[in-house]
Amino acid sequence: MTTKTAPRRRLPRGYRIARNLLGPAELDAALGAMASEIRSRNPEPDQVALIGIRRGGVHLANRLAKLLAVAGREPPVGIVDITLYRDDLDRVGPNPIVGSTEIPFEIEGITVVLVDDVLYTGRTVRAALDALLDYGRPRGVQLAVLVDRGHRELPIQPDYAGLREATRPTDQVEVLLAEEGGDDTAVLLEREVAATPGGAHA
Amino acid sequence: MPERATSPRPPTSQESLDFAIGEHHAPLLGKHLLGLEGLSREQIQGVLDVARRMKDVSERPVKKVPTLRGKTVVCLFHEASTRTRSSFEIAAKRLSADTINVGGSGSSTTKGETLLDTALNLEAMRPDAIVVRHSESGACNFLARQVECPVINAGDGAHEHPSQGLLDLFTMQERLGSLEGLKVAIVGDLLHSRVVRSNLYGLRALGAEVHLCGPGTLISPWFESYGARLHRRIEPAIEGADVIMMLRIQRERQGTSTIPSLREYERFFGLSPARVGLAKPDVIIMHPGPMNRGVEISPEVADGPYSVILDQVTNGVAVRMALLYLLVARGSDAPRG
Repeated sequence: MTTKTAPRRRLPRGYRIARNLLGPAELDAALGAMASEIRSRNPEPDQVALIGIRRGGVHLANRLAKLLAVAGREPPVGIVDITLYRDDLDRVGPNPIVGSTEIPFEIEGITVVLVDDVLYTGRTVRAALDALLDYGRPRGVQLAVLVDRGHRELPIQPDYAGLREATRPTDQVEVLLAEEGGDDTAVLLEREVAATPGGAHA
Repeated sequence: MPERATSPRPPTSQESLDFAIGEHHAPLLGKHLLGLEGLSREQIQGVLDVARRMKDVSERPVKKVPTLRGKTVVCLFHEASTRTRSSFEIAAKRLSADTINVGGSGSSTTKGETLLDTALNLEAMRPDAIVVRHSESGACNFLARQVECPVINAGDGAHEHPSQGLLDLFTMQERLGSLEGLKVAIVGDLLHSRVVRSNLYGLRALGAEVHLCGPGTLISPWFESYGARLHRRIEPAIEGADVIMMLRIQRERQGTSTIPSLREYERFFGLSPARVGLAKPDVIIMHPGPMNRGVEISPEVADGPYSVILDQVTNGVAVRMALLYLLVARGSDAPRG
């Protein structure tokens, strides 16, 4: 499987960059603000764990853990893979690659902060919640996302958002982190009109 | 992961590759799984990689994921089976599929219904996959041409037993890492064994060296055309082996022209602790079951430190979960045929 190799980060076909949402400094500042909010809402640092949603949330969870370190001790970090919990397996075509879920600590009774890069329909978070609850009963689950782009299809809202940005349903938001060969930015992609199937009727 | 924008029609596989940035790949397997013959190294390794994730599920406190919720898997077993049938059933249930079992005895087969009629009737109940075990070689290939839903071969005559082959490969990789250049010895009734055929295709695809050994009456030069080395005596076959796989010798063959007696078979081909000493110091001993203790394998070896026989059974569930996931949980644009 190719999950170990560096993921491809090329522009999806038929899209162009509309604008930058976050530059490297803004992305840093957004994460810093999220971390301080997480700290103030959860005064007991040893009762908090971060779980990144594969793949976009994994590196962000690690970064937040460093920012949340108290006297050099970082909160535990896990990874949840939602593939087996998706509600659209019948619709996405060939089988998505199944990644590993790695939660090397007990979640029973602690507060879990789920971390993802972009919050859109909320279906990924729904799947992550179902996956998480199969590992135990946390005292609470909170949601941290770098970019909330709206258009929810389920009643799910973030507790911490680095940026709230109005987007069109046809747009894409990509977070390109240094850990994956990006330049630590968030960009808004829009569909090129010519690539719209069936022609452009706006 | 960035969530995908809703598109007005199901994306083609090429589109979803571009769209989700490496999240999807082309379908790993065709519509059915009838055998390992002809599968590429990438396909086999792909199944084994998914199986690794599925094994994680089996090791959790909650050993169930909702992946195949609302799907139905029919197990049509026209031949006795404990391990394979329960393994497929557990695999389907761990993926939240509903399963039904149809057996040979107690079913319409005893009233003279043909295999095809049974399958067509089962298919009329709209299952999402049919898992078939049959005593005739080629029965699964025949059914796959007649029914609409995916057919998974759970062992057909002396043809193939692909899920067994895959779980054997999985167990070897789990213990030994890459199989490239490893010496794998398979000993027993090669002529009637579907396990040896599936293993041969899979092991050759993954680059292992396959040494086969059995009585002259139960061996065929055909295997050499697939890159196997044939041996009439067990010692050269297992000397320096990384893996020894013993096949079940069917008791009913005793006294026929193939084997004079089980006692003689045990003397010439049985795996004793002394013979294990000829193999690599960290050899693993495998057996697809059911075992004849004291015939092809001595109890000391079967229960000894080199034995991975029960690991094979554990891994069988993970491999079958992977197969059901790959064949049943996929979009309508997956190639049908």
